[in-house]
Amino acid sequence: MTAEGVAVPSQRRWPMPSRTALGISAMAVLGYIIIAIPSGAFANEQYINALTIGSLYALIALGYTMVYGIIELINFAHGEIFMVGTFVALITIKTLGFTDTIHDPLLLGGVLLVIFLVSMILVGFLGVLIERFAYRPLRNAPRLAPLITAIGVSFILQNIVFVGYSNSVVTTPKLIPFDEIQIGPVSIRIINLFVISVALVLITALHVFTTRTRLGTAMRSTSMDREAAALMGVDINRAIAITFFLGAALAAAAGVVQTQYLGTTVFNIGFRAGLFAFTAAVLGGIGNTTGAALGGFVIGFVEVASSAYGYGRWSEAIVFTTLILVLIFRPNGLLGQQTAERA
Amino acid sequence: MTAQATKPDAVGPREMWDRARAFLRAHQALRIIIGAIIIAILLPTIGGIFAQVAPGFGTQKDWVGGFADAGVFILLACGLNVVVGMAGLLDLGYAAFFAIGAYTYAYGASTFTGLQVPFWVMLFVAAGVAAIFGILLGAPTLRLRGDYLAIVTLGFGEIVPVVILNADAWTRGTNGIVGLSQPNLYGILGINSFGFQNPYLYYGTVLVIIATVFILLYRLQDSRIGRAWSAIREDELAAASMGINTVTTKLAAFAIGATTAGLGGAFYASKLGIVSPDQFDFSVSFTVLAMVVLGGMGNIWGVAAGAFIIYEIQHQGLKQLGQFVQSLHIAPISLGPLTIDLSTINFLNYQYLLYGLALVLMMLIRPEGLFPSRRRRRELHIEEDETAEFLAAEELER
Repeated sequence: MTAEGVAVPSQRRWPMPSRTALGISAMAVLGYIIIAIPSGAFANEQYINALTIGSLYALIALGYTMVYGIIELINFAHGEIFMVGTFVALITIKTLGFTDTIHDPLLLGGVLLVIFLVSMILVGFLGVLIERFAYRPLRNAPRLAPLITAIGVSFILQNIVFVGYSNSVVTTPKLIPFDEIQIGPVSIRIINLFVISVALVLITALHVFTTRTRLGTAMRSTSMDREAAALMGVDINRAIAITFFLGAALAAAAGVVQTQYLGTTVFNIGFRAGLFAFTAAVLGGIGNTTGAALGGFVIGFVEVASSAYGYGRWSEAIVFTTLILVLIFRPNGLLGQQTAERA
Repeated sequence: MTAQATKPDAVGPREMWDRARAFLRAHQALRIIIGAIIIAILLPTIGGIFAQVAPGFGTQKDWVGGFADAGVFILLACGLNVVVGMAGLLDLGYAAFFAIGAYTYAYGASTFTGLQVPFWVMLFVAAGVAAIFGILLGAPTLRLRGDYLAIVTLGFGEIVPVVILNADAWTRGTNGIVGLSQPNLYGILGINSFGFQNPYLYYGTVLVIIATVFILLYRLQDSRIGRAWSAIREDELAAASMGINTVTTKLAAFAIGATTAGLGGAFYASKLGIVSPDQFDFSVSFTVLAMVVLGGMGNIWGVAAGAFIIYEIQHQGLKQLGQFVQSLHIAPISLGPLTIDLSTINFLNYQYLLYGLALVLMMLIRPEGLFPSRRRRRELHIEEDETAEFLAAEELER
């Protein structure tokens, strides 16, 4: 993107957002065509599925990209944070005493709000704790050191759940009714609509937070140049802690979505989800929040399309191949800017 | 001896000892071979003593078989050490190359394909195939920032078992490939096929492989490329500006790591007689990484010791701890709502939790590992060293 922009200055007439918007629309149409061909009559349904799963990955990918943006660390424990989110949501639902779908819309809304708040806040603080004890002491250590602690943390979280809660797949009560509603020409299940809107609301909220508030500005300045930000009076420790809080909270929201949409969780669910979401973050251009969200939707499409074409068992291999191809041909991602590379 | 005795400056035993030490210090390969011979005798003896003292822990044969398996992990840890410890690249999917080595052996020497290539040839074939995969994976990704490599290898390590699992037609899926042939000496020393009954032969074989790998790795470490690895690890930009081709150098580390894993895989497959995808999941990569980090990144002996210790804790220690605790018949401890019944705890469940804790604590407290290499230690404590140098310089000026 940068190379083209430099080579053809006339393209600069296009303001960036509209170019991005055009690209996204084109990809959405392309995605629909790819999914529609094998799905036939289920085309709409599959498309909405892809958007829903994409929302899930987008929420997780945001955490990867934010943390990478601010301290240049691939937070391997992020997938496990998502996993903890699913279990916190499950425990909250059980504590509240619900075991089945809730049909009263007011009650349902209230319950969901409680679940989201509890999971996001608790898991957010978990993220802050991890940063404080596992990453902060190593901020100036060789790059390998925090990566290794990140792996250690991910195994600790996974095995705490494995030993302490369950060593097999657990089903979670789905609170949202399985009904369809009609919006114009398309009918959509409430759950899908709910998941997609939750993702869009949270992504927008994050965008507003990072661009319009003082704390968000502090975060962005820290990710641009930590020392300069510190000299300008930004408390960088606080900015980094808030980044971890937000990233973990978004992963927890994805965890709630997982329990409500797919209805199962297991102690090692974070590994695959984390790998997919990381691919999404790289795909969108790591460090770029819009890109991470976009990448999440793309990965959702890739996964749904691979099962639509009958290669569901291979979806991991396909996503992984996507990652390698992106790294080879577009290492800065779809929306990523050229960053100074050490290599 | 007599020649020395006739010399005018007759040497006392102490001086001879010093000379022998100096000779050994100068001849690394000899030192490794002597070390291997000592270990070849020592460990089975220890196993035998254990078998006598505590029969519940298994017979001497069980112990020696366990040591041979530990040898596989020593090979893996030494190979990963080249990538992580020497070149400073984080490889999280190392088990993939182990799997590739093992499956290559399964293709070359089993009833599944009908081929019966000798074990000794297959060792090299498996190592070569693993190296090719290492280069194929490394070539596109090593150009990128180091962190990407970690995630790509993580993905690769995840994908290889998935592919093996799903491509049933070629790999027999979950069932795995059975009927792998054993190593064969064709009557040399009166030994034909190793069979499954005699762990001593496997133990000896793995020791020979390890000693060879040790000699090669030490020579590599002290060679031009070894110095290039540590230069890249310490400062890639500086290394590149000194004229080191960082991509090919890193690729070499990656390929050599993969080669060692391929060797380990072929040996492991021949000893077990079966390969299946679940032997090569992420926990293997993680265990080997823990071995390298705990042993002391960059130090070949240290890493081997770390691998041995962790393997024995994992396969003997935790299992026996569980049986031991059960044999104590401790009554369940009741702490209000929480009841702890020690006899029902399966300590093996906690192993990855312990590894995770060990990794984090190690990085925070002693990042150079239990048995650090001197160079690595200095890198990790560079600030202290610089302060010391600074103080020393000030002293001199005065």
